[in-house]
Amino acid sequence: MAAPKIIVVGGGLAGLSAVIKIAEAGGNVDLFSIVPVKRSHSVCAQGGINAAKDLKGEGDTTWKHFDDTIYGGDFLANQTPVKAMCEAAPAIIDLLDRMGVPFNRTAEGLLDFRRFGGTLYQRTAFAGATTGQQLLYALDEQVRRHEAEGKVKKYEGWEFLSAVLDSNGVARGICAMNLRTMEVTTFAADAIIVATGGIGAIFGKSTNSVVCTGSAQSALYQQGAYYANGEFIQVHPTAIPGEDKLRLMSESARGEGGRVWVPRTVGDKRSANAIPEPDRWYFLEEWYPKYGNLVPRDVATRAIHKVVYEHGLGIDGQPMVYLDLTHIDKATLNRKLEGILEIYQKFVGDDPREVPMKIFPGMHYTMGGLWVDFNQMTNIPGVFAAGEAEYQYHGANRLGANSLMSCIYGGFQAGPNAIAYAKALKAAPGDGGHASELARQQEMNRGLMTSSGTENPFRIWRELGETMTKNVTVIRHNKNIQEADEKIVELMERYRNINLSDKSQWANTSFAFTRQLYNMLQISRVVARGAKLRDESRGAHYKPEFPERNDEKFLKTTKASYAADADEPRFEFEAVDTAHIPPRPRRYDAAS
Amino acid sequence: MAGKTIQFEVKRQSSPDAEAMWEKFEVTWKPGMNVISAMMEIAANPVNSSGQETTPIAYDSNCLEEICGSCAMVINGKARMACSALVDKLEQPIRVQPLTKFPVVRDLSVDRSVLFENLKAVKAWVPVDGTYDLGSGPRVFPQQQEVAYPLSNCISCCCCMEVCPQFNDATGFVGAATIAQVKLFNSHPSGKVLKEDRLRALAGDGGVQECGFAQNCIQACPKQLPLTEAISDVTRDVTLQVAKDFLRA
Repeated sequence: MAAPKIIVVGGGLAGLSAVIKIAEAGGNVDLFSIVPVKRSHSVCAQGGINAAKDLKGEGDTTWKHFDDTIYGGDFLANQTPVKAMCEAAPAIIDLLDRMGVPFNRTAEGLLDFRRFGGTLYQRTAFAGATTGQQLLYALDEQVRRHEAEGKVKKYEGWEFLSAVLDSNGVARGICAMNLRTMEVTTFAADAIIVATGGIGAIFGKSTNSVVCTGSAQSALYQQGAYYANGEFIQVHPTAIPGEDKLRLMSESARGEGGRVWVPRTVGDKRSANAIPEPDRWYFLEEWYPKYGNLVPRDVATRAIHKVVYEHGLGIDGQPMVYLDLTHIDKATLNRKLEGILEIYQKFVGDDPREVPMKIFPGMHYTMGGLWVDFNQMTNIPGVFAAGEAEYQYHGANRLGANSLMSCIYGGFQAGPNAIAYAKALKAAPGDGGHASELARQQEMNRGLMTSSGTENPFRIWRELGETMTKNVTVIRHNKNIQEADEKIVELMERYRNINLSDKSQWANTSFAFTRQLYNMLQISRVVARGAKLRDESRGAHYKPEFPERNDEKFLKTTKASYAADADEPRFEFEAVDTAHIPPRPRRYDAAS
Repeated sequence: MAGKTIQFEVKRQSSPDAEAMWEKFEVTWKPGMNVISAMMEIAANPVNSSGQETTPIAYDSNCLEEICGSCAMVINGKARMACSALVDKLEQPIRVQPLTKFPVVRDLSVDRSVLFENLKAVKAWVPVDGTYDLGSGPRVFPQQQEVAYPLSNCISCCCCMEVCPQFNDATGFVGAATIAQVKLFNSHPSGKVLKEDRLRALAGDGGVQECGFAQNCIQACPKQLPLTEAISDVTRDVTLQVAKDFLRA
């Protein structure tokens, strides 16, 4: 029998990890990506990657990493896969080190580690403050090596449109669009792995890259895949506000000793450096003495919101607080944080070594995603998912520096599992559904190209982003969520009246965007409606009307499925695996 | 300041074979605006400064924080990343055109795959035995890491190649970015097992000998890679390798 053919969609850390495992096992793999894979969004990750290697003599263990992750995620994650990830993490760090990742080092030439949010241990390996870039490059290099040896074929500049499903609903390949020729083609495969990242674009502005639209996940959801825990969206406490995007200011800034503060008095007009210590309020350190500035992200974000909107203490009355590194010596800052200091300097103009940075929370990470089983397979046979595109490892809130690990670990699981699945796969009935899927996608394209309405897709997108950010992020009220959902329905109506100002058949970026926009609207409803249904507060999901966690009703995974007849999501709930750690109250302010 | 606008001139080309032409735009100023966010504004309201409807501008972009390497273009005559080109710091009209040394796909979008092919040719990777657990990696002292890390910061934007007088069809020069990666992998404790292959790939036509020491590359690099130092180090190693191979033959 010929080697199984696997298609991987997405060339970030998760996708590349899967590709490497498949190539190594002798499989035949095609890699599809919108951008050259070296430009994938993983490149933006800054602070580091977690593994309990205990090289600082603190007595850290993989169990403590597991416990911190489950507790940090407010007990919503299924425990068995998270435990396996934490146990695999130290060997993954060793592998990345062997691949040549220039991790920071100790004097003895060993890996250096730093502290991150939601833990009391120095568990985070790092390469300056551009760790994601360095990990992505290491995996990109390994994939290039396999490509040079003929084991991998790359399709860069292609966008996934849908899975090809046979008459039994089994995946037989993908349908994709060439972003230069705009040609739509189907590609046969025995299994596909979707590793297409997060959905930041539905919030308009976020820390995510332009390609993080969630379009692929949404297309699969509309084809019958469950989308799980969509309502869990991480808003990172420290981002640089901007007109085009919110630029991340890594948690590692606080890991290296950065302090968050505001002037104690409303309307204090003095510049930051002119405000003496007694007039500064280090509110995180005061409210959370044990974890201080390194409480988990949802906790820090809500605290900043409170200080700005309830106490009225934002800098100059603006929604911003200080993140201060100026007390740390410059050599240390340059050695450990240079990448992010440069970002601040280039985009804001001030030197954060000299003046405190002005930051505010921004949409950052998608905890929810395609529902997968413990083998990383969705409910569509033959469709696997890995990385931020799936929901499995972070529960209701992701801990900093766990995402890079979950991407690589998820990819390492998905690759071999896809091969095992493909080896046992029986032949497809008929043509495997290729002709009908191709016709369906071509019809959708024709419809868009000939639409002669009045609505500009980029303006619809802006309105979507504004309503999602206003109503479905940090503080959630059912009334507002309902408004957001109604607004999305209105935008979907207006989408039918779209006008493409570019109808050409060559490298038509606005056409590709308009296709993504439809999928963004569909997945936005999953996020909003899921948030409305969950009448409790857990991790990143906070409802003042229901301020407590309610395990009796909601210690459950939300699973959304697409109801084609009504063109809307339907919801069901699934029990969470708590086999190892009994749920306990999550209190970072207590001295527990 | 309400109503303040920014003047842009964008060199546009609808396909690789089409003729290029300049189109003017007037965009409402916003605080912190950069060249990419200005083009996003144009996409939301695709009208040129003569009031004619036009198409949104095609360009490459992704992270918008100068780390993915996508949005390199020539802005007011300078090869640079568009996302970090803040309009407040640019003279107007802001003239934006695609990189000139790479085939235009459409408007400002160009094909830079030549760099990825070059990285293949010089085997820019550490040939690990496998991804199974083989224990810890080699010890690397902080001094070595501090040399490797800056080289590993290359974002493959190709600005160094754009500004290099020697990077053209006549020489076939690989350019500074690829040479810097050769230095990086040749200095890695296990990456250096392929050192001779890499040096041989850079001997002869299109290799290090094509460098004319114009030193434009180090000026243009948005990540301040020590490119000229890397070129001189690798050139020395290539020369030694050529001599060694000659004596062996």
